[in-house]
Amino acid sequence: MLVFVANRLLSVIPVLAIVAIVVFLMLRLTPGDPAAAIAGDSATAEQVAEIRSKLGLDQPIATQFVIWVSRAMRGDLGESFFFKESVTALIGQRIEPTLSLACTTIILAVLIAVPLGVLAAHRHGGVLDRCLMGFSVLGFSVPVFVIGYLLIYIFAIKVHWLPVQGYRRISENFGDWAYHLVLPSLTLAAIYVALIARMTRASVIDVLTEDYIRTARAKGLTRRAVLVRHALRNAAVPIITVIGIGIALLIGGVVVTESVFNIPGLGRLTVDAVLARDYPVIQAIILLFSYAYVQINLMIDLAYSFFDPRIRY
Amino acid sequence: MTIEVDSQQSLTRLVGPLATDRGVWQRVLRNPGVVVGAVIVLLLVLMAILAPVLGTVDPKAIDPAYRNRLPGSSHVVTAADGQQTTRTFLMGADTLGRDVYSRVIYGTRVSLIVGISVALISASLGLAIGLVAGYLRWVDLIVMRVMDGLMAIPGILLAVGLVAVWGARLGPVILAIAVPEIPRFVRLVRSLVLTIREEPYVEAAVAVGTPMPLILIRHVMPNTLGPMIVQATFVCASAILIEAILSFLGIGIPTDIPTWGNIMAEGRQLFRVYPHTILFPGIFVAVTVLAVNMLGDGLRDTLDPRTKSP
Repeated sequence: MLVFVANRLLSVIPVLAIVAIVVFLMLRLTPGDPAAAIAGDSATAEQVAEIRSKLGLDQPIATQFVIWVSRAMRGDLGESFFFKESVTALIGQRIEPTLSLACTTIILAVLIAVPLGVLAAHRHGGVLDRCLMGFSVLGFSVPVFVIGYLLIYIFAIKVHWLPVQGYRRISENFGDWAYHLVLPSLTLAAIYVALIARMTRASVIDVLTEDYIRTARAKGLTRRAVLVRHALRNAAVPIITVIGIGIALLIGGVVVTESVFNIPGLGRLTVDAVLARDYPVIQAIILLFSYAYVQINLMIDLAYSFFDPRIRY
Repeated sequence: MTIEVDSQQSLTRLVGPLATDRGVWQRVLRNPGVVVGAVIVLLLVLMAILAPVLGTVDPKAIDPAYRNRLPGSSHVVTAADGQQTTRTFLMGADTLGRDVYSRVIYGTRVSLIVGISVALISASLGLAIGLVAGYLRWVDLIVMRVMDGLMAIPGILLAVGLVAVWGARLGPVILAIAVPEIPRFVRLVRSLVLTIREEPYVEAAVAVGTPMPLILIRHVMPNTLGPMIVQATFVCASAILIEAILSFLGIGIPTDIPTWGNIMAEGRQLFRVYPHTILFPGIFVAVTVLAVNMLGDGLRDTLDPRTKSP
């Protein structure tokens, strides 16, 4: 167990290192002089030189990398060119809406997708099953923002049940916060539901062919008990894995959904930063999201080995 | 040494798979997903090529007289010489008076170019890297660490970052979307190579002294083709989707080029009143991606039996 955990923890280090190098090199891949690009067209030579030394661009690239990493580890991700603020502070301001949206989406998606997947597997080949498979292919094909605008059009503009756009802080008013998150979460959940439901269905179907399922039925357990207690439980590992891997999809979706619903989160910040060519912010956000993605999947892996001893190989 | 040739199967394993397998094509063409998907994709390709003759006008032409028209609205235009013609906006006109129908039809070109180029670029780079990584152990160690790192960065985010750095033009956008897809191909090819290299026909080739590059190209590569085509199809679908997303966010291909994403980005401002500017291109994106995905699912079921969908 300890060896497995240690191995798994160590395996993350090269991944994180590669991510850091890629993100670091991104700015260096800019055609031309990054300092000049940052300074803008109207900058004087002195201003460009100042930026260059401020960013440490006059030093060897390996030194620059070491400086950048050691600063990042201390929470200093540089200063935003556009907002003239420390990137860490900027991310701190914007993280709440993104976390709220991501968490409500995951909860919503799991609550919708897992029962749907189990039911579809239960009646394999039935109407619900075929509808679900159709929906899941559709969910992968319709762009997130089209789903978003469709939902806005129906629920906000036509029937006025929900707000069109915007975000309220959770500390201000919980009800308002939830009210404003319904449509964005549903929008973002669509693709995630497609993914999870599909996986749930596949792995439950797989488990249902096992001998112990027949045994459970034979000893007189109800179909429902077998489905939930035996099938779903044993199908849980691939389902949770796909939830973890799906975080990457979720992060991509967050950027789009926040733009559609005008939510002032990290996704919106990403788009603003790209439009303003605000490289330190772009770097920091990519780094943050990637590390979060890796950490979540690490925790999921470790959680399995804890709950399911068969995994520790 | 005796060579066991008791069954047809072990014989094929020994001499390598048959180069021309008619059965595969028949199976592929009998799959409903492949047929429906391929027909829709072909129609889209025709639409892209024939865009100028499909009743379109210049998709970039701005006409302040016809701003924000509803779909289907007709107007009689009197030219300078007194001749009257009727202009119909099948899908309405946007805030600059451009014909949405023409823009959507021309937008097909960009989406298809992006989807196909991304699939080809990432597949060929992934194939080259994966072949070498699967065969040379020391390359494998380094390459796979790098690929793990690249895969840890969410695809859209990496594309967004690369677009920010490389600039928002067609070429860089295609490359930026292709880069995050490369690791998926590398992993696929590598895992295939690791199984194929143990096959008797590869062993035989090694035994008769065939040089390594030749073994890779002649014996290993053809056997990665099926799964590669399947993967490339899915990558093509996701590339079309990501390009639409980038354009929609205003960070993709420049706004003067009609792409589905750009048309929808344009429609955001007046969405409440004129939802059709987002609806029509949205339907086109969805149908295109759906068709390519169906094609992919069908191809997977017929070409790649390892991962048959349940």
